[in-house]
Amino acid sequence: MPEQMKETLLRFEAVTVSFGDVIALNKVSFEVREGETRIILGSAGSGKTILLKTAMGLIAPAGGRVFLFGEDVTGAEETRLFGIRSRIGMLFQESALFDSMTVAQNVAYPLLNQKAISIPRDQMEPAVRKSLTFVELEHTMEKYPSELSGGMRRRVAIARAVVTNPPLLLYDSPTAGLDPITAHTIMSLIIKERDANNTTAVVVTHRYQDGNLVTNFRYNPKSGNLDPAGPEGTNTIFMVMKDGRLIFEGSQKDLEASRDSYVLKFVKPPEQEAA
Amino acid sequence: MPDILKGPILAIQEFYELAGRAIRNVARKPHYFDDILLQMESIGVGSLPIILLTGFFSGAVMAMQMGAGLQEYGQTGRTGQFVSIILVRELGPVLAGVMMAGRNSSGIASELGSMKVTEQIDAMRALGTDPIQKLVTPRMIATAVMLPCLTIIDDFVGMVGGWLMAYVLFAVPTRQYWFTVWHSLVWNDVAAGLVKPFVFSFIVSLIGCFYGLRATGGTQGVGRATTQAVVWASISIFFLDLFLSKIFIAIGQIGH
Repeated sequence: MPEQMKETLLRFEAVTVSFGDVIALNKVSFEVREGETRIILGSAGSGKTILLKTAMGLIAPAGGRVFLFGEDVTGAEETRLFGIRSRIGMLFQESALFDSMTVAQNVAYPLLNQKAISIPRDQMEPAVRKSLTFVELEHTMEKYPSELSGGMRRRVAIARAVVTNPPLLLYDSPTAGLDPITAHTIMSLIIKERDANNTTAVVVTHRYQDGNLVTNFRYNPKSGNLDPAGPEGTNTIFMVMKDGRLIFEGSQKDLEASRDSYVLKFVKPPEQEAA
Repeated sequence: MPDILKGPILAIQEFYELAGRAIRNVARKPHYFDDILLQMESIGVGSLPIILLTGFFSGAVMAMQMGAGLQEYGQTGRTGQFVSIILVRELGPVLAGVMMAGRNSSGIASELGSMKVTEQIDAMRALGTDPIQKLVTPRMIATAVMLPCLTIIDDFVGMVGGWLMAYVLFAVPTRQYWFTVWHSLVWNDVAAGLVKPFVFSFIVSLIGCFYGLRATGGTQGVGRATTQAVVWASISIFFLDLFLSKIFIAIGQIGH
């Protein structure tokens, strides 16, 4: 399908978010089309998380407009937003699993509480199990989040985000605070979700290698591993945030060709930069 | 308006907004009955030991002081009357309220504060739940039911403590003590003794929720929220008690 024909799932039009005198997002405009994966790079405090929360309607913008699935949701009432949010899965930075609930209850939470999703009671357990099998944690159903490692909690949070099969997924720093092997596992799951269910995703990260993996690898359902994407590549677009502003938007090739020192900071490892 | 006043006025406005939404939600669906029962167990049954202990000792010490004073006039037989009136009108509701503020406003603020700083509140909204409906309203209902019940228990245990002191230290006959306890109370006292904890219950739960949901800045922010919740809930209880006492005294005078 030509790019122009694809539906725009998320659109920001000059969105500004401020907290008192602090401007967290400064006239940010972009759009995410169906089937795309957006990698948002930026240092701490650049506005990446605020951008995702604004997209989800968790933070109301001070200026500009936010469109989700073609609907203007700027300043929409919470009850209206509940319906729209049921079509989005979100992975929070610290997983945000509910401590007082078991893993199974956490994953079942969106099925039970999102009014727009009506699923018969007898199909609840298989859906939860399927989602936990997807992240290879079906054996932890009766455990509490506090009994799991950081990486496992992140995987359960992914299971909770995808249990309703949402067409749009927002990942907030999915690999933050994880060791390289666990970080690779989490990114593999994100790629697996993209390729197995053809979902659109926005991935916020400060690690370029996460974006590199998403851009150049595909999930192989036969082997269960990641294979090089080949010359056709993947539909991945990079964005770079700095001090609440969007300073770069383009392909990996454009990103690597950039002469902006802030942008290059993410592309080149520190030792390479020093050399 | 001076900048120094903006913060507190904004906070009061936000508190009333939260209180309004929590009260409105009582009549709105969905109702989380499981959460209400769970909170009644945690807030009400969980507070029983401290209510029993503080109630007993406060009644006992009051009888001891009253009895010593009344002994000078040869009126130790009226110890029960003083214990009863002070407990039911003032000490029972205020003491139970302050104890609940110490135990439950802090508990609620730290629980909700931890949820806030770990993004669980945002996750709740993202997953189709209104956090006020799910977290605040059940705690408010549970406290409103349980605090008056706990106050009744506190009053009774205090009277038992008072009886023990009156009997052991001042040889007040048991029958006389309980007769004066019962007959010194009028309906106005009982009404004051029940309306006060009902009003205080909203202070305990809503101030705890308010500070919890405002927590920012990690674990340090949770600690700050907890302290502020206890301080403001306790101060508000004493402040409101003054007004409610005046109202009930005025009602009592009209009755006469």
